[in-house]
Amino acid sequence: MASHSESIIREPLITGKDITYGQITDDILRPVENMPSKAWWIGFTVASLGALLWVFSISYTFWYGIGSWGLNKTVGWAWDITGFVWWVGIGHAGTLISAVLLLFRQNWRNSINRSAEAMTIFAVICAATYIGAHMGRPWMAVYSLPLPNQYGSLWVNFNSPLIWDVFAISTYFSVSLVFWYTGLLPDMASIRDRATGLRRRIYSVASFGWTGSVKTWQRFETVSLILAGLSTPLVLSVHTIVSMDFATSLEPGWHTTIFPPYFVAGAIFSGFAMVQTLLLVTRKVLGLENYITMFHIESMNKIILVTGSVVGVAYITEFFIAYYSGGEYEQYTFLNRFIGPYWWAACMMYGCNVLMTQMMWSKKVRTNIPISWVLSIIVNIGMWFERFVIIVVSLHRDYIPSSWAMFYPTWIDVGVFVGSIGIFFTMFLLFIRVMPSVAIAEVKLLLKSASEQAKKKQIAEGHLDPSHVEFYKANLIKFDSVDQSEYEKA
Amino acid sequence: MSSTKYILGIFDDPDDLMHGIDNLQKNSVPIYDVYTPMPIHGIDAKLGIKDSRLGYAAFMFGCMGGTTIFTLVYYFLVHDWPMDIGGKNFFAIPDFIPVTFEWTVLYASYGMAFTFFFATHLFPGRAPRVMDLRATNDKFVIAIDAKGNIPHEDINTILKEAGASEVKHNDRKYVSYE
Repeated sequence: MASHSESIIREPLITGKDITYGQITDDILRPVENMPSKAWWIGFTVASLGALLWVFSISYTFWYGIGSWGLNKTVGWAWDITGFVWWVGIGHAGTLISAVLLLFRQNWRNSINRSAEAMTIFAVICAATYIGAHMGRPWMAVYSLPLPNQYGSLWVNFNSPLIWDVFAISTYFSVSLVFWYTGLLPDMASIRDRATGLRRRIYSVASFGWTGSVKTWQRFETVSLILAGLSTPLVLSVHTIVSMDFATSLEPGWHTTIFPPYFVAGAIFSGFAMVQTLLLVTRKVLGLENYITMFHIESMNKIILVTGSVVGVAYITEFFIAYYSGGEYEQYTFLNRFIGPYWWAACMMYGCNVLMTQMMWSKKVRTNIPISWVLSIIVNIGMWFERFVIIVVSLHRDYIPSSWAMFYPTWIDVGVFVGSIGIFFTMFLLFIRVMPSVAIAEVKLLLKSASEQAKKKQIAEGHLDPSHVEFYKANLIKFDSVDQSEYEKA
Repeated sequence: MSSTKYILGIFDDPDDLMHGIDNLQKNSVPIYDVYTPMPIHGIDAKLGIKDSRLGYAAFMFGCMGGTTIFTLVYYFLVHDWPMDIGGKNFFAIPDFIPVTFEWTVLYASYGMAFTFFFATHLFPGRAPRVMDLRATNDKFVIAIDAKGNIPHEDINTILKEAGASEVKHNDRKYVSYE
């Protein structure tokens, strides 16, 4: 039942006074139904300039070939694969929030899942562009698919992790898209029924004629649950297969059985950091403080702390196994991370990912918005360096010292990378402009059970253990969107 | 004979709505449908809507996807163009598992989602059959076909007593076609 009240000791998921169902719709649709703010235009201008840089750099790459990048005979994979793995990893948080947290019945996911899923889709698009770009001749991309051709037919090699990756990434993108869009239907219908004219017509097509009848809702929930169940192993498989691109080779530093779980943990880690980076700004700019509360921020920080520590354990394990294996090439690779010419990259990797996130053991850090935001950026940087270290640092000194080399990115490398961030933000900013950035229907579900006002009513009614109420009030102190004065006098 | 086609009981609160459904059913008033801005658990049971069988569809589509890709890979790598890689088996089953898994998930997801769209008549361009435009915003709507034998005033009273904020008598079935 909608009114089933939740235990008082749980923190509220919606704050603010006199929130009604109508208020939720109004608040969430404000950026969609009104002209964008100055902040949006500034962000959009910067992001589109970045996107333009991407278009230029990619065109340059296609015109002059991969030679315009800084690759050489020894380091044949560098910024492009680093960027690819980085973006795929970022994408993982969206699926984790929408699917895994749904299966675990974590209601706090309801107000962040929509934008996190959108982020997944845009991140996977960015990742896919690197694969297309590295082909040099993108029209040859069709040969990564098992299609009949004039060479025999010469099929793709299904024994290769690279082909598994083609299947994994394309399936991941497709399934995320259908999951995201199915969830959007009821919210698009909300926009449709409030709009007029052409707007209404566009949202009418986009909402597939959704009405919100009982049977549709019941089927909708079944679909969401099963899609969540399917996406959960899918998301784990994707980064597992990405890690196998490296782990099945014989390259020291890559040839490691710990890679699949290590990559998956790293992906969730970097993805949550990106969600944090985006949402801390979004909630402020769009005025969604009542829906994306301090509880959400702290929960995400806790996940960042846990996954960051898992990654830390994986790092230690790698070093131990390199030592314990007795393989001198393996040992050299890991020693070289600190004593070689790329020591600074390794310091960025270990420092940003492990040392900095340990600060989140402190509640003060976890509930401080500016510090959380800075830390999320640090994690994004650290995780980029992790991939750089794994890829470039492992490659640059191979078995034959005569072929040792350094990798120096050209400005095209930089342009493609910075540009892909521009593409990502352009898509994200357009998304919050035309689609509801919070799942309206799912947030409404929480209003009667998990909102601050429902809990206030519960307290007013009495019948609660006073120590529980005290515990609840003590938890509210960290909330920036709660009027603290009301609780002091009570 | 009134021109009313549908009587809508409009509620502000999902609990009142449940109450309204109970009262109508106690008085043997058949309910046409209920429209809500969010999924309300329990209405489906009250209205006698059976559990979804989409799970079975997902399972069948999943089996189909897995079988399809496994058969294809078998044809490619074992039958049509076997490759000798260090004398290893052509039929290297462990290597076929990742793609088999991916297509199982892909077919299950898409098969189920499209079955859902098909079965509930959702597709781009479908005219929305909305009885009250606020049902996707903040109102919870019970629709009753006015063609029954029960006097309309009685239905009004039942709905009002259950806590309906508004009772509407619509002359047209859907308002969204205007």
